[in-house]
This record gives sequence, structure tokens and C-alpha cells, in this order.
Amino acid sequence: MPISREDRLEKLWQIGPMMVAGTPHGTELGMKFVSIDIGRAALSLPYNKNLIGSPSTGVIHGGAVTSLLDQACGLAAIAGFEEPTSTATLNLSIDYMRAAKPGETIIARAHCYKTTRHVAFIRAFAHDGDEDDPLATAQATFMATSSPGTKRPK
Amino acid sequence: MTSAQKEMAVARVNEALSAIPYTKMLGIAAKLDGDNFRLEMPFKQTNIGNPILPALHGGAIGGFMEMAAICQLIIDRVLAGHDVTGELPKPIGINIDYLRRGKSKQTYAHAVVFKQGSRVANVRVEAWQDDRDKPIAALHGHFLTAADG
Repeated sequence: MPISREDRLEKLWQIGPMMVAGTPHGTELGMKFVSIDIGRAALSLPYNKNLIGSPSTGVIHGGAVTSLLDQACGLAAIAGFEEPTSTATLNLSIDYMRAAKPGETIIARAHCYKTTRHVAFIRAFAHDGDEDDPLATAQATFMATSSPGTKRPK
Repeated sequence: MTSAQKEMAVARVNEALSAIPYTKMLGIAAKLDGDNFRLEMPFKQTNIGNPILPALHGGAIGGFMEMAAICQLIIDRVLAGHDVTGELPKPIGINIDYLRRGKSKQTYAHAVVFKQGSRVANVRVEAWQDDRDKPIAALHGHFLTAADG
């Protein structure tokens, strides 16, 4: 019997914050879980001086934005597969529109708009306050990976 | 181009890297490997994305490769006799293919500038761990190199 939407959402709200808190690189950067829905995820990255890529301007390094978008896309992929599974990034493509504003929290929103048996297709964007003024957009594909000892998703 | 010039260019890059908080966090440094430049990222627990496998975070690998491209562009500038003060090259668009799991060990990256235009450079980067012929990820992207943006 397929899982009900309610049960799926309840499970996602359980594992979402854990997935973020349980990622050492995510906690090192200071990523925070914001929200999760079927095929959707949002994360935030509060401004942190350790993430600066340009010492003269205080702008956060593009790599930190890459990590945030990767993490948000991965979570949206997990939320997109009918059975939650672990995932691995296949491809991540990012366009950087502008520098993030120093001092502002960066929000990443990801939407998994299609899943096949093994692959999830995701679009995401990052902004720092105004959704209509994104600082970066991303397109990603993720593989559903099985944990050791478990079967691949059917 | 003498090896002394190359050593000097690597020293300039490491000087730039040591001033950037994000690259210090990743722990990355430039090295001269024979005739080639390469960037090294030592294993750090804080670069892990999946602690169960374990696997390096795709974003840490991505940020490392992005920096490898930027470092190669700086090195090319130094070797061409230009000054490297001011803004670093900035990514415009990057595309990363993840080929193998990043294991809990040192990672290397080598960048090749395919085209350097007046404002934009096209760069390709490969990252590997044990075996140079078994890359864990490949990046290609465009970077803005004009000093005035």
C-alpha cells in the first residue's frame, strides 16, 4: 500500500532537521533547516565571518553557496522520492548572479520536480531576503543510493 | 618559464589563500607537482557530507574545485607578469559532475584554462584522491577575470 501524504510529510519533518544536523560539513558552515514538503526543501545559512571568500568586501565564498544549494537539492531529492532514501549528487550546475550581501542570511529553496526510479531532477535558487533578487540558481540531478545491506528502491 | 618562477607563483597563491577564511576552513593549499600546479585539500572531519558512508560533502568538493580554477587563473596572471592585488576571479557559472565517492582522505585538484578572454575565462578542473586516472569529480565553468568587474 502506498504511504499516505500525511505519513510521508510527518516522516519528512522528522528526518529533514536530522539530515541537516547530521551533516558535519553543513554544521561547520552553520546551515540551518528551514522547511520541507513533498519534493521541496528550504535551508538557511546565517552570515558567518569564517565563510568569507573576499576579505576586502566581506562577501561569502561561492563555495559556501555551492554547499548550501547542494544540501538543499539533496534534501528536496529525498523529499521527492516516494520512499525516503539516501542520495548522492550526480551533477550540480550553478549560476552566480551576484555577490551575497555581507551580514545577511542566505536562504536556499529547492524543488524536486521529477523523480524516476533512481534519479531525481531538482531546481534551486538562493537569495538573501528578496526572492525576486536571487544571488544564485542551480540545477541538479541526484541518484537514489541504497545504504549498505538494503535493497535499491524499486 | 623557470621552476623558480613557478615556485614564486605558488607562493603568491598560498599567500592569497591564507588571507581567505573559507579556504582556511577547508584547509586547502597550492603545491607544485613536477611541472604542474595542483591544489590539495587534506582530510578534515568537517568536510564530510555523509557520515555513514562516509563521503565528503559535494559542496566541499565543489568549493575546492572552484578554488582550484581561481588559483590557476591567479598563477597564469603572476606568470604573465601581472600584479594580483585586488579582486580574485569570480565564478559566473559552474557545472560539476560527481563521479566517485569522496573518501576520508586527501583530495587533489588540477585546473586547465581552456580559454582566457579579455574578461571571461573558461576553466576545467579534475579532482582525484588515490589515483589520478580515477577522478572523483570534474568541473567546468566560466570565471570573471577582469579586475574592474
